[in-house]
Amino acid sequence: MRGRGFRAPLVFAFCGVWFVSMASAQVTPERLLNSAKEPQNWLTYSGDYSGRRFSPLDQVNTTNAPSLVAKWVYQTAATGKLESTPLVVDGVLYDTAQDDRAFALDARTGRPIWMYQHQLPGDIRPCCGRVNRGLAILGDKVFLGTLDAHVIALDTKTGNVIWDVVAAEYQKGYSFTVAPLAVKNLIVIGASGGEYGVRGFVDAYDASTGERRWRFYTVPGPDEPGHETWEGDSWKTGGAPAWNTGTYDPATNQIFWPTGNPAPSNRGEGRAGDNLYSNSLLALNTDTGKMNWYFQFTKHDEHDWDATQVPVMIESGGKHLIAQANRNGFFYVLDRATGKLIAANGYGKITWSDSKDAEGRPVARKEASPTLEGHTVCPGALGTTNFMAPAFNPRTSLFYVTARDQCDIFSTAPQPYEAGHAYYGSAYFPSEEAEPYRGFLKAIDPATGEIKWKFEHTSPTWSGVLSTAGGLVFTGDAEGNFIALDAATGKALWHFQMGGAVYAAPMAFAVDGKEYVAIAAGSAVYAFGLP
Amino acid sequence: MALAGATAARGADDRNPLAGDPKAAKAGEFEFRINCALCHGLGAHGGGRGPDLTRAQKKHAHSDAELFQVISNGIAGTAMPANGTNGQGVGMTDEEIWQIITYIRSVEVKAPAHPMGNAAHGKELFYGDANCSLCHMVEGKGGRVGPELTAVGGSRTREAIIDSVRNPSRRLAWGLTESTKEFPQEYETITAVTADGKEIKGAALNEDNFSVQIIDASEQIYLLEKDKLRSFKKSRESMMPIYKPDVLSDKDLDDIVAYLIGVGAK
Repeated sequence: MRGRGFRAPLVFAFCGVWFVSMASAQVTPERLLNSAKEPQNWLTYSGDYSGRRFSPLDQVNTTNAPSLVAKWVYQTAATGKLESTPLVVDGVLYDTAQDDRAFALDARTGRPIWMYQHQLPGDIRPCCGRVNRGLAILGDKVFLGTLDAHVIALDTKTGNVIWDVVAAEYQKGYSFTVAPLAVKNLIVIGASGGEYGVRGFVDAYDASTGERRWRFYTVPGPDEPGHETWEGDSWKTGGAPAWNTGTYDPATNQIFWPTGNPAPSNRGEGRAGDNLYSNSLLALNTDTGKMNWYFQFTKHDEHDWDATQVPVMIESGGKHLIAQANRNGFFYVLDRATGKLIAANGYGKITWSDSKDAEGRPVARKEASPTLEGHTVCPGALGTTNFMAPAFNPRTSLFYVTARDQCDIFSTAPQPYEAGHAYYGSAYFPSEEAEPYRGFLKAIDPATGEIKWKFEHTSPTWSGVLSTAGGLVFTGDAEGNFIALDAATGKALWHFQMGGAVYAAPMAFAVDGKEYVAIAAGSAVYAFGLP
Repeated sequence: MALAGATAARGADDRNPLAGDPKAAKAGEFEFRINCALCHGLGAHGGGRGPDLTRAQKKHAHSDAELFQVISNGIAGTAMPANGTNGQGVGMTDEEIWQIITYIRSVEVKAPAHPMGNAAHGKELFYGDANCSLCHMVEGKGGRVGPELTAVGGSRTREAIIDSVRNPSRRLAWGLTESTKEFPQEYETITAVTADGKEIKGAALNEDNFSVQIIDASEQIYLLEKDKLRSFKKSRESMMPIYKPDVLSDKDLDDIVAYLIGVGAK
């Protein structure tokens, strides 16, 4: 088979009907920059560098979406939550599953080409499931971050390991769950471990060799600016992980990477100060990893409101903006050249803040701090949204985000730091006052913060969102449905029951001129298309 | 897993080295809050899922060594997970488990604050005048419309059971739990009118954005697609009648609770 495969492209290229070029073309940095020129491919976690999760494909549209059918299902054999977004390049789909599995499939049929599973030690420290959110691709390699804090380059054609580097000590609570970001010749990746009192970082590795090019510690060390925002030695265990994929602005050569909670997550005692750069958006110079600016969404967080939501680049009225629907319940719009706040508007149930500072940033009420006995604060610890990827559709100019209304009782419990041991300093409980918990897909107008429409789910979902040029929004629900909605109105046009809850985000691709929409649910990956 | 097993085996042979130590009990209270209270409630009084651990009589573990086993290895077939297997790291150390046991012992109520009712009379009421069994099943006997109650006495506090009889809509009971889904289905009341005008009222067995599965008071099951209905209404007013003290006296309710707690402890 393999011997014939080399000749096949030449033979069938002239027929050009059913044949798929076997990924012979490498994914160059230029292809990643110009991904809009190849809408049939999905080259990075959010589809392109802007973070919009918008597919320019329009074959599936508001008229024919009701006739969508399942094209194939791939069973990963993994248990737990599938949080990964596939990549598709020239007819091959690359994806990951729990326990650091990676695989490549024939994107037309779902048939595997190769499978890889990283051998994990028995005592890894995942926070919230043995999950992985996907791969980056560059050249002839895909890149995987692992739960024992390795960064691994796999050959796109075979899944063979090309290089494998250890980024941090997993025994101290470091891990990777994030889909890396490939930029220029760099693989950018951020650490998980905010529940273990790690010192968070964003790393960049040479894609060819695995050599580390730079590291940005999200908690500044002594003599670095921002260090004074930590009490005593608390910076050493300050958390601020970086566990969701950032975005890249070629115009300013900046990577925008979001950070998570300070540690311990729900106890502020002992770490007085703003705790920079936890719960912030960082603008880093791509080549050096030096910080150009930061914006901290939640200062001195005591509610586990990681700001790790995908920052989305949008253009509005000639302005270059970056928008984030934050876990703390506010939708923020910043100037992406300077990090200056343009607007912050609530998009869910919020009780922690009822005022804004001079810059317009929501300020926490003193009474919102967790207490020993516990009291109710909204949103709850899981946030108004969480890691689920949002989408922005430039045609409707709407920002789509999965949201929930849930409040929690936050109580605090002192917990000594011990390396590699859970370090929450807290407990939270769903608050009966707020039952039932409500889940939505909300369409926000970034220009005003106004919610244009909302689709209420039966219960809150962890699904991300895809929007397409076909005028559609795709999302999944906790009950296992994959749903297509009208992007302009929020009307459900089609659904398919996949048999397991959705924790992943959808994406779209095309092979042989046919559009597919794919998403993971339960233990499987599904692809849908027109009959 | 192998490590956890070895730990548990060693612990089981030991007496609690921290027994009676007030400092360990305090540390255990915080560990309990972080690791256990989500299900067993603040103060170990029981929550939505886990039993009240302040009861001296426990269903799965009596000695400290048995408690250590249960915390380390979980209880198969129940929601009680083994230490370190909830996808959140390596779990508690032996010392922390002993601290939690010390804490649990410190909050146990040696003699119930409230004298137990008459379980035999409670059983008569359950299957007789109180009409509980019209909707609820215990040990294979009774109705199907409401939640099955064989285990409820072991997993819910006396106060929670009383509250659910006096105020059935305050916290709706949980029904079906799906393995990958975050929230269980609750016993909500559904009123649907079909295309041909038939009104169906029942408890939700399950629901999603597009379909609903209902059991009505006559134990008929209806499987409905929402877009084919003329109307669909969901209410958090339970179908269970409110039992006020003039209908069911405090003493009779105590007797029913005693019956359920007795069955639940089996």
